[in-house]
Formats: sequence, C-alpha cells, structure tokens
Amino acid sequence: MSDERVPIAAPPAAAPLPSGGRALRRRDFIKLLGGGIIVLFNVDLLDLAAQEVRTNGYPADFNAYLRIGNNGRVTVYSGKIEMGQGVVTSLAQMAADELDVSVESIDMVMGDTDLCPFDRGTYGSMSTRFFGPALRAAAAEARAVLVALAAEQLKRPKEALAVEAGVVFVASDPKVRVTYGQLAQGQKLVRTLDGKAVAKPLSRFKVMGKPHRRLDARAKVTGKALYAGDVRLPGMLYARLLRPPAHGATLKGVDTSAAAKAPGVVVVSQDGMVAVLHADPEAAESALRLVKADWEVPPPAFDDETVFAHLLEAGGEGEEGEKRGDLAAGEKAASSLFDGTYEDGYGAHAAMETHTALAHLANGKMTVWSSTQTPFPDQQAIAAAVGLPKEQVRVVTPFVGGGFGGKSGARHQALEAARLAKATGRPVQVCFTREEEFFLDTFRPAAVVKIRSGVDGSGKICLWDYHVWAAGSRSAEQFYDVPNSVIRTYGRWGGGTPKMHLFATGPWRAPGANVNVFARESQVDVMAAKLKADPLEFRLANTSDKRMRSVLEAAAKRFGWKKAAAPSGRGVGVACGIDAGTYVALMAEVKVDAATGKLRVTRIVCAQEMGIVINPDGATMQMEGCLMMGLGYTLSEEVRFQGGKILTRNFDTYEIPRFSAMPAVETVLVKNDELSPQGGGEPAIVPVGAVVANALFDLTGARLHRMPFTPARVREALAALRKASS
Amino acid sequence: MGESISFRLNGKPVQLDVDGDRTLLWVLRTDLGLTGTKYGCGESYCGACTVVVGKEAVRSCQLPVRAVRGKDVTTIEGLERDGRLHPLQEAFADAGGLQCGFCTPGMIMAAYALLLKTPKPSRDQILARMEGNLCRCAAHHRIVTAIEQASAKA
Repeated sequence: MSDERVPIAAPPAAAPLPSGGRALRRRDFIKLLGGGIIVLFNVDLLDLAAQEVRTNGYPADFNAYLRIGNNGRVTVYSGKIEMGQGVVTSLAQMAADELDVSVESIDMVMGDTDLCPFDRGTYGSMSTRFFGPALRAAAAEARAVLVALAAEQLKRPKEALAVEAGVVFVASDPKVRVTYGQLAQGQKLVRTLDGKAVAKPLSRFKVMGKPHRRLDARAKVTGKALYAGDVRLPGMLYARLLRPPAHGATLKGVDTSAAAKAPGVVVVSQDGMVAVLHADPEAAESALRLVKADWEVPPPAFDDETVFAHLLEAGGEGEEGEKRGDLAAGEKAASSLFDGTYEDGYGAHAAMETHTALAHLANGKMTVWSSTQTPFPDQQAIAAAVGLPKEQVRVVTPFVGGGFGGKSGARHQALEAARLAKATGRPVQVCFTREEEFFLDTFRPAAVVKIRSGVDGSGKICLWDYHVWAAGSRSAEQFYDVPNSVIRTYGRWGGGTPKMHLFATGPWRAPGANVNVFARESQVDVMAAKLKADPLEFRLANTSDKRMRSVLEAAAKRFGWKKAAAPSGRGVGVACGIDAGTYVALMAEVKVDAATGKLRVTRIVCAQEMGIVINPDGATMQMEGCLMMGLGYTLSEEVRFQGGKILTRNFDTYEIPRFSAMPAVETVLVKNDELSPQGGGEPAIVPVGAVVANALFDLTGARLHRMPFTPARVREALAALRKASS
Repeated sequence: MGESISFRLNGKPVQLDVDGDRTLLWVLRTDLGLTGTKYGCGESYCGACTVVVGKEAVRSCQLPVRAVRGKDVTTIEGLERDGRLHPLQEAFADAGGLQCGFCTPGMIMAAYALLLKTPKPSRDQILARMEGNLCRCAAHHRIVTAIEQASAKA
C-alpha cells in the first residue's frame, strides 16, 4: 500500500483499546491513552442514545472526547463519519475556536469503533446540531483547564492571561508564555464535562462563522483520500456474489463447478450465499458468469404504476398525529374546498461510491473497513453474523463516497465481506457493482398524500385534513395558521405497516419530507390560484410564523418577486418548508419545451435560516447540493420495477442531475444569531419538487401531481390541459 | 494470457506482464496500487474512472490495458508535481468543487483533458465536456467555477 494515501485522519498516539470483552474502568482507559488533558462528553441524541449506549471497552458515561497531547495537538474522537457533508471541517472549526488554536492543529478521528466511543450514526442533520454544542462545551472546558494550569505555572491570576494559537501568555507581557503542549506535558488530567465553562459568545468567534477550506480538500483532489474500496491487504480476494434476478426469488439449484475450475477462483457456498472470489476483481466477475443458478421467480404483483393503489390498500387505518381544532368546523367555515392527491415513486440513493467493505479476520479479531453511516450498529450486526463477541469486531470508516441515508443501517456488503473473510481465512473485499447497488438499495419509499383543504371568505385557510401513506410525517407539520388541521400517517418511510413497502426502504436525504412538502406546497398553490391570489402573498397572509416569514421575504427580495396570480405565464413559483429545525423558502423559474415535455429549471433562489451558521461556505455548499440533487427527484429519478425485478440498473436509465441541468442558483443565509445552529445537510432539498411544480403551473396552467415530472408526464399534462380548454 | 505491455504512467515508464483484456481501471487499482481512479458504474456512464491517455479523457473501466501500449497515461496521482498541486487541483479545493470526493478524480481528469486542448474554454464548452461526469453531491456549480479559475490562471 502506498503510504502517501490518507485515511480520514491519522490517529496520533492512539492504539486500539484492548478487547477483553469487558468495559474498562475509567482509570485503565486513561492510562491507555497516555498523557495529556482529556475532556469526556456525552451527546444525548434526542434521548435515543442514552439507553442504547453500549461501549466497546469504554467507560459508559461519555460517547466522545477530546485530548490535548504533549505535542499541543488536539484530537477529537467521535463516532461520526465524513461522507461529504463537511463535518470533519465544521467540527474542527468549533473545537479550534473554543480552544483558541488553529484549525490545522486539530486531528479528527472518526467512525472507528476501536478508537471512538459509541455513536448511533451520522444522519438526520444532527452532527452540528447536537454533537456540535457538546463539542464546543468540551473544548471550552479544556481551555479553562489549560488556562488554570498556565496560571499556576506562570504564577499569575487567570484573569491576566490571554490565549492565541495554542499559547497562553500574560496579556500585558506576552513574552511570559507557555504552550498547550508544554502544559499537557506529563499530565494525566481528565475532566468530564460539567457545563461550567461557557462556550464563546458569537461576538468572539474567530474561526466559526467564517468560511474555511475543507480539511479533506487536499486529500480529495490528489486522489489520496482513502475510501473503503481503496484499502489493500496482502493476499486479499475480491468477491462477486450470486444475486437473484428479482426480489422474492428462490434459489432452486446452483452449479458452481465450472467457476471453481477457473484458475485462482475460490468458491464459497454457505447458507444461501454463493460467492466466487479471486485476487483480480475482473476474474471474479468472469467466474461468476460461469455459475449456473436455477431461480424460481414469483409472478409480479405490482409495478411502478400500480404501486400507489397498493399503498392505499395496505395502509390500514393509519395513526393520527398533530391535531388542531375540529375538521367539521373547518369544513363548515370553508367557502371553497379542495381535494388533492400527490404521488412519488421509489427513489435510489445512487451515491457515486457503491457499498463497499473489506473484512479481515486475524488473531480472532475481525476488522471491517466499510462505507457506512452507522459503524457502531454495523459492528453489532457483523459480530452476530460471524458469531464473534462484539468486542472482537472493529469497524473502520474511511472517507465515505456519499451516503444520503443509503449507507445508514444498510450493511449487506459488510456482512458478506465478514462472512467470506471468515470462510476463506483471507481478507475479502465486497464492492457492489452499480447494478447490485440499485438492486440492493434501501429505496426512498413510493408514497401517496391526500389532502382536503378549505379557505374561508377572507382568504384564510380554515381546513387542513392531511393523509400520508408510506412516507411518515416529517416536514408535514403545520406552520400555516390553520385552526382546524389533522395529520394522519399510514405506515412510515422505513417499515411501517407490515408488507406495505414492496422493497427494503430507508432514509433518503430528509426522509419523507420531500413528498410531504411537494404535496403541501402544491395544495397551498392550488388554493391561492383558485382565489386569484399571489402565491407569496397568500402564504404570508396565512402564516404568522416569524422565521417562515423571514425566509419567504428574503427569497422574494433576492428573486425580485412580482405580485401576480398564477398562472401568469411567467413560469415562476414559490414553496417553503421546515426541516431539521431549519426554515427554507425557494423561488424558481422554469421553461418547458412543449413538444418534448422537457422541463428546465433556469433559476432558483434559496433563502435559509438555520440559527447560528458555523461555516457559511459549508452551509452554502450544502444548500447548493440540496437544490441540484433535488432536481433529480423532481425531474427524472424513479426506480422502475416489475414485481420483484428491478429494471433500473445503471445511470443510463436512472438519470441524476448533470451539468446541463444547472440552473442559476442564488443562496441567502438569513441571519438568526439568537438560535443555536440547526440542520444544514437536508433542509433545502425538501421544497424543490413543490417549487418546480408551482412554477410549471404558473407557466402553463398544468398541475403535476406525481413526481418525477418526466417529459412524458409533462406532455401528458399539457395535452390534458389543451383538451379541457378546447 | 499474460502479455508484456509497456506504457508511460504519470511520466514514468511502466512494464506489465498482464492479460491485455483486463481493464485499465482495475490494473491501476490493483496491480499498480493507484486507487485515486474510481469505480462508479462499470459501464462508462458516470466518469469516476476517467483518466487521460495522450490528450484524451477516457473511461478506464471500458479500456483494455492493451490499448495503452506505448502511450502516455495520466491519472489523478500524476498531476501533483514536487508537492505542488496542479492549478486544477488547487482550484477544486479553493472553490469547494467537491464534497464526498468520490467523483473528484474523474472530474479533475476530464477537466485536465479539456484544458490540454482548450486552455481557455467558454462556459458552454466546460458544460458540454463535463456533461458525462456525474456528481451525486451536486457540487456542479463549484466544479464549473473551479475549472474557470484554473483556466484563467493557466
């Protein structure tokens, strides 16, 4: 292996904890870390974590920590992972600012189950929101300890000291100084976060709130950044696995004899898993083609057109969620009533890096390098799959080549690699082909939303009866001032009613929120159009939520929104939503080629209010990424299937946004320094479907009720419109 | 099976004894240990495996290694010289033209080939040449900015 290639962070002076199968005592743990100053902290993720925190040798009272070493470098140990969202940089910025050191003197050790304490996983835009404040508090605590030590050493009162770039000095006499490294020398000081040290106020931020080049940029532009598929071990084999032609198919018989005869091929057939392995991945691929398998495929029950009727049928009674007032009263108060149905097909995550893992069993310990958003839960699952105690399994997460929720708990490849490593006694890599990636993905669920709504004589929304099948209610929560409103959910995006989902489903960037916001904001537009009201004005007249008003107004200002009722023929639209604590308003302009039905978004303005912004550049990148990625689910992305057969196999038929789809994008960060940082990785994607639907309606008068808005569906809608008006 | 194939890789001569039908992508990633070139789709749709042969950007997942005999092959690992980043690499890092980084080597190599032939491309030329390279994190705007910055410096 080339030594120059870099993993997510080189863990300095940190050996894996010995795995003895029992939790270490605090004292032993500290001893293992060597010297330095260590601050332990716990991140309570929405109270989910507390009861589930299981440690791997770690004491149980913390799940992240930072350490100041004798060399003055600061290492942050966290079970979070870096998949492009930029936390490796924003978390380092937070620690650096609180400690008064440079960002470059921070080492991040992430996603390694031996080196980092337990973490549930990296999802839900939670790293900055929940991990961030705890990390800042820990860094502030560490700084307080260092200043106290310096006061002792320099024999001055703490108040007389200042800190810059990891050096504590006497403010009036800067030559009297001591470095963090010197202070950490010979120390074995451990603090558990007690919350006494106060994190810096915004006015004193030096690093946070300012753009910073990504710490992983250099590794990524040189090709040196290490991903799971880039790890090389002596004697390793590449595995290709036999996959069924359709979900639900049963293997009736298999003949691997021809494959086994190919030179260098190892065949493993074990409990339904059939794999061919070779030191050359392409030779493994060729050998797989020699395997003869007899499959029984059940007759197809549903396809991508009939799935919606199935969901409605399978949804059952549903569950009542958020409720206000009384629907009957709302119905009575309404002067106009509206019924809308909105649909969305299955979607794929389609990260550029397919699911990949390399597993190696040595001296009774299984190490798995995996592309995952959930290393700790994976560790548990791998242990169960290969019959090892959890402490004997180590999951290492190098850089992850995109996740979007698709690598959260979806660990097929890691389990297979581990089982094959155990079976062959060699290191084994499983790297999904693109076809496997589409076949085995945990899809974004197909979903249906039905809304009955009403407005009264004064243009106020007085009724909102909201039903969502298969997607859950994320971002469906009401922020319009509707006195009578109910949200009812039938099944969830992942699981829900048994047999509801035809395939494994999972979180997909803001799970469920995209379809909910598409439905709500389309329906709101339908009502505004009926009243001949300007869609922006109609929204503002119906919400007193200050944060929502602020983003709508900011978007309108930047966009240059001009008041008009839709359809105005201009092709402009507005939509807004709340996700992960962040408020977003979008305005867009679209054009359509009437002959082909091809829809093109020419401009999008996004105004976002996310509380305090840690890295404005990083936040903006996430907004831009959300908008472009959102155009995919809006315009083209749909998994096609017939029964259990997945017809979508590669990027020729699963169209993700390309350079030619780029609209002019303008982003506005609406300031709100009163609020702690909110989520940034997902919010801006949620109103994309709606804003495009609303802009298309404004342009043509055609309303699309099903995503994605493929050219065929746009043509159909335009034809229906012509027919209706003739 | 095995045949002797010589070519220049990142400026240095390489001689291999390999099955010439194997793809350049996997020979690079396994035999030669150059893992910067990525597998993304295996069928030339995504561009993650883009390398430059002569002055052309090619999909290494579709190219038999035999086809580069006697040619000059440049991969992402070959752009940095004496610890100094190529202007494109510098610009991608500066402009934030990357997130997860997995498509980045292919993006940079496609842009590198573009600038070899067209040092001052128009925006439309950039869009047209980059169209076949996919980025799921959707860093497209910044990638275009990065290419414009690099070409302005060149």
